[in-house]
Amino acid sequence: MKILVGVKRVVDYNVRIQVNPDGSGVATNGVKMSMNPFDEIAVEEALRLKEAGKAEEVIAVTIGPKASQEQLRTALAMGADRAIHVETDEEIQPLTGARILKALTDKESPKIVMLGKQAIDDDNNQTAQMLAALSNWPQATFASKVEVEGDVANVTREVDAGLETLAVDLPAVISADLRLNEPRYVKLPDIMKAKRKPIETVTLADLAVEQAAAVKVLKTSAPAQREAGIKVESVDELVAALKEKGLI
Amino acid sequence: MPEYKAPQRDMMFVLDEIVNVAELAELPGFEDATPDIVQGVIDEAAKIIENTIAPLNESGDEEGCSFDNGVVIPPKGFKEAYQLYAESGWTGLDKSIDFGGQGLPYTLATAVSEMLSGGNDAFSLYPGLTNGAYEALLEHGDEALQQRYLEKLTTGEWTGTMCLTEPQAGSDLSQVRTKAVDNGDGSYAIEGTKIFITAGEHDFTDNIIHLVLARLPDAPAGVKGISLFVVPKFLINSDGSLGERNPAICASIEHKMGINASCTCVMSFENAAGYLVGNLNEGLRYMFTMMNSARLMVGLQGMGVAERATQGAIEYAKERKQGKAINGGTMIVDHPDVRRMIMTMKALTEGCRMVAYDTAKQFDLSKVHPDEAVRVAAGKQVDLMIPICKAFATDVGCEVASLGVQVLGGAGYIRESGMEQHMRDAKIFCIYEGTNGIQSLDLVGRKMKMGLPQNFINTMQEQLDAESENSDLAFITEPMKMALDLLSVTTEWMVEAAQEDPQNPAAAAVEYMTMYSLVVHGHYWIKAAKAALAKQDDDFYKGKLVTAKFFAARVLPRVYGLGGGIMSGAESVMASEIDWL
Repeated sequence: MKILVGVKRVVDYNVRIQVNPDGSGVATNGVKMSMNPFDEIAVEEALRLKEAGKAEEVIAVTIGPKASQEQLRTALAMGADRAIHVETDEEIQPLTGARILKALTDKESPKIVMLGKQAIDDDNNQTAQMLAALSNWPQATFASKVEVEGDVANVTREVDAGLETLAVDLPAVISADLRLNEPRYVKLPDIMKAKRKPIETVTLADLAVEQAAAVKVLKTSAPAQREAGIKVESVDELVAALKEKGLI
Repeated sequence: MPEYKAPQRDMMFVLDEIVNVAELAELPGFEDATPDIVQGVIDEAAKIIENTIAPLNESGDEEGCSFDNGVVIPPKGFKEAYQLYAESGWTGLDKSIDFGGQGLPYTLATAVSEMLSGGNDAFSLYPGLTNGAYEALLEHGDEALQQRYLEKLTTGEWTGTMCLTEPQAGSDLSQVRTKAVDNGDGSYAIEGTKIFITAGEHDFTDNIIHLVLARLPDAPAGVKGISLFVVPKFLINSDGSLGERNPAICASIEHKMGINASCTCVMSFENAAGYLVGNLNEGLRYMFTMMNSARLMVGLQGMGVAERATQGAIEYAKERKQGKAINGGTMIVDHPDVRRMIMTMKALTEGCRMVAYDTAKQFDLSKVHPDEAVRVAAGKQVDLMIPICKAFATDVGCEVASLGVQVLGGAGYIRESGMEQHMRDAKIFCIYEGTNGIQSLDLVGRKMKMGLPQNFINTMQEQLDAESENSDLAFITEPMKMALDLLSVTTEWMVEAAQEDPQNPAAAAVEYMTMYSLVVHGHYWIKAAKAALAKQDDDFYKGKLVTAKFFAARVLPRVYGLGGGIMSGAESVMASEIDWL
């Protein structure tokens, strides 16, 4: 069986995010970019399933500008077998992302699409769910444990009340939560080997996917500076203060 | 205790815009070292070092190494971190593909070494000394020795040591007394005591490969009678498996000022079996062939510790509220004196990085460039820059580590701040692998006789001439003109005064090395400023430009004090009778 893994290029989690002065978005010029940490966990899980003999091939997919190939190379260095780069300079919203992944699953017929539960740039947490809906596949999101037995994946999910285990028929979409695993350190010889692994480049047009213009970003601004708080003596005073600020 | 973050932005700036690392991929054998691989290597090395090795820096210092009856126990976590590092292939980065390495450029290994040193100086010595043993065998060992040892040293399955120093033979290795007697079976019996042996004994690996300088009974006296032997901790059977324990025993470990997580051993060779490397009586010459890379590595340790101290100081100064500064700010970073210290730390550390990486590139060129003239020129450039990369960068390590404590004030003097460890760690870098005094004598002696410093003064002059019309750079080219003039005059004085009295250059060697290094840094800061001027819409380059301005205005003028002192001659240094001291 094949596993398709989504990999997104995002501003590195160590970078302090800065908004462009003209409000046009987040500054990325000269900023360190990395693989979305949740996607790293997804890649790791796919590789572990392969190493456990549950899958034959792991295909890493990214959607983004040419530079996103760096993140595909990282996935290949971790151990993915090959990669697909859906090249576009446009901003891709979750629904478009899901449509692209749907087109690729139609083409590649993976049994599992493994995604990070969300990307740390826009924190949408939508693509996996939308892909499942578009494909009419079962979904198991926020996975903290994945076990594959035959045509069923038993997935433990992190939910508000604790843990929940679902059995989903394959093919299915699984999204990785933080505690699913700890991604491996890439080995130097594997970085070199990754250079020789194939990356196939396709465009939105090749996949016959149209951009879903669902959400329009008008302006990006940094959160307002926090002001000093006040101490209140009683619940009544607290309620009054909140009312005064128009918060309740 | 601030976490170490590899200074990746500045490292990539130096690699891309100062060194032009992309050129390396055009050299034979380095075809794989394309910019994407360079980026990938730096990213992944940073990850493993930041997450698994750097976190052991403080605990390793606190715990130190312990010793019990020949057995050395390094601090907790070091063995696992070493094994992960080796299994991940990092020890083989620039080693030959023939022996399982990746054959990547030394320039790239240099960048990774900087991170390793910055993350954990003491840790960096375990794989660090292996490099020396590997190089010695690669350059001078016969095929049998190479087949037996090089692969395991490449993969890090075994580590190496360099056993040179003896109690009476420190800087002067002609005094080596360790004995080697021909056993008549292809091996020699090695007997003697070596001191200050880094990683001489530990439990990270199944075997430890000692490279030992020793003397045959009938060998000529002095430096011409020293041979090099390889002495494994465990003998190796003909099928490659490990055999008997060789009596190369750790007799004790030293209790040191710093780098406490690195075990510094007294090694006792009790008729241990040794195998000759190369020819008899040429051991010291072999040692010198790997001296340059070893010295560059020590320079990286100085730079690494400077980087770590700088990060700690900046982080603290931005968060520590104290007093109201003249500019109205309330953080200590707003106070001009704290800012002066931080800018000094940044300017010196970033300057060292440019010089070290560019020298590493010359190292690569000197080895693999197809044109012999380029190889020779690059080799000369390496020779010239080694004292600057080693002595100046390690002096910078001490200065910056000390400033780091000062920025934190009382908190810096407290162990938990992590800043005082840098001061203790940094000192050894000025001492080992040829003291900074010896490095400086090398510059003003042998290298000045070869005309190397003089030639590079011409190169620096050409840069100034080429930029003389560039008014945007005048802030640094004008002060550099004066500094370079003074350096030329001082260099002439050094040559002439040496003929009058050889004590003149000897007494001024360290000051001259410092002065020369400052002007070389200026040469590189001009390059950095030029690159930065073109990209002033990006904070990184804005920061780079103001640091260049600070260097030109506040660091470079140190040359005036130095020049005056140097040219006053040796008399004031040597006038005292020893009894009056």
